[in-house]
Amino acid sequence: MRLSEADSHALAGATAAPTYLHDGTTVMSWLNTRDHKRVGVMFLVSVIFFFLIGGIFALLLRFKLLEPGPFFVEAIGYNRLFTLHGIVMIFLFLIPSIPSAFGNFVLPLMLGTRDVAFPRLNLASFYLYLAGAVLAIWAMVHGGTDTGWTFYTPYSSTTATEVFPVLIAVFILGFSSILTGLNFIVTVHTLRAPGLNWMRLPLFVWGIYGTSVIQVLATPVLGITVLVVAVERVGGFGLFDPARGGDPVLFQHMFWFYSHPAVYIMILPAMGVISETVCAFSRKNPFGYKAIAMSSLGIAFVGFFTWGHHMFVAGQSTFNAGAFGILSMFVGVFTAIKVFNWVGTMYRGAISFKTPFAYICGFLYFLVFGGMTGVALATTSLDIHWHDTYFVVAHFHFIMVGASVMGFLAALHYWFPKMFGKMYPEGWGLVAASLIILGFNATFIPQFLLGNFGMPRRYYQYPEHFQALHVASTAGATLLGFGFLIIFIYLVIALKWGGRSESNPWRSKGFEWLTASPPPTHNFDEIPTITQMPHDYRTHEPSGVIRGS
Amino acid sequence: MNEVLRRLLFLPEQASTFARDFDQLHYFVILTTFVMSTAVGLTAVFFFVRYRRRSETQTTPHIEPKTWLEALFVTVPLIFFLAWFFLGYREFVRQTTPPIDSMDVYVMGKKWMWKFAYPDGPNAINVLRVPAGQNVRLLMTSRDVIHSFFVPEFRVKADVLPGRYTQLWFNATTPGRYQILCAEYCGAGHSIMRGEVIVLRPQDYEDWLAFQKRGLAEKQDGQPTALDFAPPLGNLVDQGRRIAADQGCLKCHTTDGTRHIGPTWLDLYHRREKLSDGSVVDVDEAYLTESMMDPAAKVVAGFQPVMPSFQGKLAGPEVAALVEYIKSLQTDAVRTGPSQGPSYAPIRGR
Amino acid sequence: MHSNAGLPPGILGHHFSSLARQNEAMRLGMWLFLATEVLLFAGLFTGYTVYRFQFPEAFAECSRHLELTLGTVNTLVLITSSLTVALAIHYARTDQPRAAAICLVITLLFALSFLGIKAVEYAEHFHERSLPGKYYAYEAVKIPGAAMFFSVYFLMTGLHGLHVIAGMSVLSWILRRTLQGRYSSQYYTGLELGGLYWHLVDLIWIFLYPLLYLI
Repeated sequence: MRLSEADSHALAGATAAPTYLHDGTTVMSWLNTRDHKRVGVMFLVSVIFFFLIGGIFALLLRFKLLEPGPFFVEAIGYNRLFTLHGIVMIFLFLIPSIPSAFGNFVLPLMLGTRDVAFPRLNLASFYLYLAGAVLAIWAMVHGGTDTGWTFYTPYSSTTATEVFPVLIAVFILGFSSILTGLNFIVTVHTLRAPGLNWMRLPLFVWGIYGTSVIQVLATPVLGITVLVVAVERVGGFGLFDPARGGDPVLFQHMFWFYSHPAVYIMILPAMGVISETVCAFSRKNPFGYKAIAMSSLGIAFVGFFTWGHHMFVAGQSTFNAGAFGILSMFVGVFTAIKVFNWVGTMYRGAISFKTPFAYICGFLYFLVFGGMTGVALATTSLDIHWHDTYFVVAHFHFIMVGASVMGFLAALHYWFPKMFGKMYPEGWGLVAASLIILGFNATFIPQFLLGNFGMPRRYYQYPEHFQALHVASTAGATLLGFGFLIIFIYLVIALKWGGRSESNPWRSKGFEWLTASPPPTHNFDEIPTITQMPHDYRTHEPSGVIRGS
Repeated sequence: MNEVLRRLLFLPEQASTFARDFDQLHYFVILTTFVMSTAVGLTAVFFFVRYRRRSETQTTPHIEPKTWLEALFVTVPLIFFLAWFFLGYREFVRQTTPPIDSMDVYVMGKKWMWKFAYPDGPNAINVLRVPAGQNVRLLMTSRDVIHSFFVPEFRVKADVLPGRYTQLWFNATTPGRYQILCAEYCGAGHSIMRGEVIVLRPQDYEDWLAFQKRGLAEKQDGQPTALDFAPPLGNLVDQGRRIAADQGCLKCHTTDGTRHIGPTWLDLYHRREKLSDGSVVDVDEAYLTESMMDPAAKVVAGFQPVMPSFQGKLAGPEVAALVEYIKSLQTDAVRTGPSQGPSYAPIRGR
Repeated sequence: MHSNAGLPPGILGHHFSSLARQNEAMRLGMWLFLATEVLLFAGLFTGYTVYRFQFPEAFAECSRHLELTLGTVNTLVLITSSLTVALAIHYARTDQPRAAAICLVITLLFALSFLGIKAVEYAEHFHERSLPGKYYAYEAVKIPGAAMFFSVYFLMTGLHGLHVIAGMSVLSWILRRTLQGRYSSQYYTGLELGGLYWHLVDLIWIFLYPLLYLI
C-alpha cells in the first residue's frame, strides 16, 4: 500500500502544486471558479454570515420576550422578526449549510475525484443562492413579511406586508438547493474512484446522498406552492382562498409535503458528519456501517410520507391523522438505529476528547432528547395540547440547533485544518463548546416547559404567569450567543494568525485526508484506487489506497 | 404522584375529562425520553472514560455488530413508538368524536376575538360559559384567516378555518375560569386574541341562562371592543314589546287606550301632555327616557307618582327599544287582525 | 476502448475519466432535472384534482367553453415538434449537422406557433372575461367554481407556456452549437438532452390537454 510520490510529499507538508487557496488570487478567480473547494468556501462564508443575521434576530426576539407586555418593538415588528428569523435560519443557513459548504468541499475528495459532476452548475447554485439572499434582504429592509416562515393562507395571501419578494426569494433558493442536490447525486453515481463501490462509501457520502435525493424530489413542490401563493397575492386567483372556493388546508398539505422532508435535509448531513467524526475521534471503524448507510436512505424515503403530522388539529380527518401518525413512528426508528450504532462505535475505541468530540456528545444527547420529543408530538393525542406551543419550538430547536448546528460545528472544527491548513485553538474550542451546550440547555429546556404550560407560539404579548420561564430562556440564549461569538472570533484569528497544521492532524483514515491540507486545485496528482473501507484503524499508518495495491 | 409530576413538568391543572389521560400518557412518554437520553449520554461518558485514547498510535479492533443486536436496536424503539401511537390514537379518536348528547355552542373566530352563540340563547364575546360535567361541542368557523381555539387546562385545541366548520368537544370537570388562547398565528393581534371559559356549577349555569334569556346578554358577557359593534338583533319594536312585558310596564300602562295606573301608551308619542305642575310637555324620546329614569320629575296631571325608577335596570339599547315600541303604538298602526308572524330587520355586517 | 481523440476541444470535462462516463453523468443529471419539473407541475395537477372533485359541474361546463379546435391544433403542433427534434438528434448522430439544424429550426417554428395559438386563446379569454379568481366575469357560465377552473387553467397553461419559452431558449442554444459543428456521431449528448427537455414540455401538454379540454 503505497502513496504516489507527489501525494506523499504533499501529505508531508511540502507543496508541489499551489493549494486551491493560492491558485489564482484575484477576486475574479474566485467569482468565476469551477473549483468545488472554492465554491464550498464561498458557501461557508455566506452561510455563517446568515447564521449570524438569523442569530441576531433570535436575540432580539428573546430580548423582547423578557417582558410580557408591549416592549422594545411593536407587535408587527415582532411578527416580522420571528418570520425572518425562521426564513433566514432555514433557507439561508440550515438547508445549504452542511451540503453546500462541507459537502461541496469534501465530497469529491471522499470519492477520490477531481470535482463534482457539473462544476459550472455548482457555481450557478452559488449565484442563485446569492440572488435569493439578496432578494430576501431587500424584502427585509423594506419591512419584511410577517406571515411566519410557514406562510399559511389565507393570512399570507391577504396580509399587507412584503410577502411577494420573499416568496420569490424562497423559490430561487429552492432552485439553488435542487441544483446542488442534482450535482451531488450525479457525482456519487458517476465519479467514484476505481474500487470505490457503494458499500465502501464514507458514511458522510451516504448522508449527503440521502439529503440530495430529498432536495431533488421535495423542493419543486415547495417551489410551486410558493409560486401559487405569490400569484394569488398579485392576481387574486384564489386557489387557497375560501371566499373564491379555494381550500386553505390544501396549502398546508402542499407546503408540508416539502417542509417535512426538508427537516431531513437539515439533519441528514449533520448525521453524516457525526458518523465521520465519531469514527475519527474514536479511531474506530463504524459499528454498523450498513445499518447507518441504509438508515439514511430509509429516512429519506419514509420521510416523504409523514407530512400530515403537522396538521393533526388542522381539520383533516381522524383517519388521516392516524395514518400519518403511524408512519411518523417508523421514521423515528431509523434515527434510533443510528444513535445506537454511533455509541457502539465508541465501544473499544481509542477516544480523544477534542472539540469535535465535544460536539458529538452534545449532538447525541440533543438528538435523542429532541428526536424522542418529536415522536411524542407524533403521538396524535399529545399533539393536541402541544401543537403550536413552545413545546414544538423547543423540539425543533433541539434538532435544528442542538443536533444540526452541533454537526455543523463539528464539521467546521474537524475540517478546518483540511480546508485552510490552519489549526483552531483547542482550549478555546472546548470552552466555546461547553458554553454552547450549557447555553443551549438553558435556552430550550424552559421552552419545553413553557409549551407544557400552554404558551402558544408566535406570541408578542403573553400572560404573566409565563414570564419566569421566558426570562430563563433569554438568559440561556445570551450564553448561547456568546458561545457562537467566541467561535467566530477564534476561527478568524486562527485563519489569519494561526499556526500551520499538519496535513492530517487527527490521523483520521477518512478518504479526504489522503491529500494535502489544503488540497491542490486538482485534488489528487493521481486518482487513487480504493481497496478498503474508510476508518479502518486496525493499523496505524495512513490508509493505503493508491493504485498499485 | 400525578400531581407531583404535573407540577414538575409545568402542566396546567387538569380541568377536563381529557386532561388526566393526556397527562398519564405524557408522563410515560417524557419519562422514557429522559431515561433513554440519559442512558445514551451516560453510556457515551462511560465509553469515553473506559476507552480513552492512551497513545497516538493506538489501533482498534474492527468490530461488526451481531445481527440480533441490530435487530434489537430496531425493534425495541419501534415497540415503544408504536405503543405510544396506539395509546395516543385511542385518545385522539375519543377527543375528535363528540358524544351524541353534547350541548352545542357556535364559535366564530375573527381578528382578534372570539364570538360565542348558543343555539337558543344569548350571544357573547370572548367569554364562554358552560356547565361543569356536561359534554360541550364547539362548532367553529372563522371570519377571515385561520385561528386556533386552545384551552390549556382542558388539553383541547382545534384550528378554526374560514369557509369550513371544525369541531371540538370537552367535558369540563371543575368550576373556574380558564383562558382561551389563539394558537394559530393570525397577525398583529394574535397574542391578544384571548378569551375565557367560565365553567359554572350546573345550577349556577341554569340560573345564568335563565337570566340571559331575559335579554341582558349584552351587558353581562364580555367587553365588545372597538373592533366590533354587534348591532342588536331583530326589530327594536319587537324587542321593546318583549322588554315591556318582562319589566312589568304593562302592569300599569295599557296599549289600547284604556286608562290605568299610568298613562296609556297608545298615541303617546308626540302627544301634548299636561303635567301636574301645570306645564305642557311634548312627549318625545327625551321625555320618555326621562320618565323611565326619573319618573317623579315630570308627572302627568291626574296620575299618582307611583312609577318606580328604572335607572340601572335598563341598558341604553333597552331604553331605545322601549321608546321605539311606544312610538309604534299609533292608532292607525295598530294591527286588528291576527299577527303575520315575527318580522326581522336584515342583520347588518355579519 | 474509449477514444477521446478527435473530439472538438472543451467537450470532455477534466474530471471525467472518459466520454462515456461524462455522457452517463449528463443523462442522469438531465433525468433528475426532468423529475424536478414533473414534481413542479405535480403540485398544480394536485390542485386541479382537488378542485375538480369539489366543483364537477363548473369544471365540466367551463371545459366545454374552451376552444377545442385551437387546443387540438396546439397538441398536434407540439407532438410534431417532438418528432422534428427527434429527427434533429438522428441527423446529428448520422453526421448530418445541416439537416439537424434545419430540423431544430422547424421545431422552433412549431414552438412559436404553439405560443401564438395560445396567445390567441388568451386574448379570447380576456375578451370574454373568463379570467381567474377575482377577475372572473364570464357571462356564459355562472356556476360556482367556474372562477376556480380558470384559475387552475391559467396557472397550468401559464407555467407550461413559460416552460415552452425555456425550451425554446434551450433549443436555440443547441441550434447555435449545432451550427458551430459541435455535434457528431462521436458526441451529440448535449443535443440529445436538449431534445429530452423538449419532449418533457410536450409530455406535460399531453396531460394538460385532456384534463382541461376534453373531460
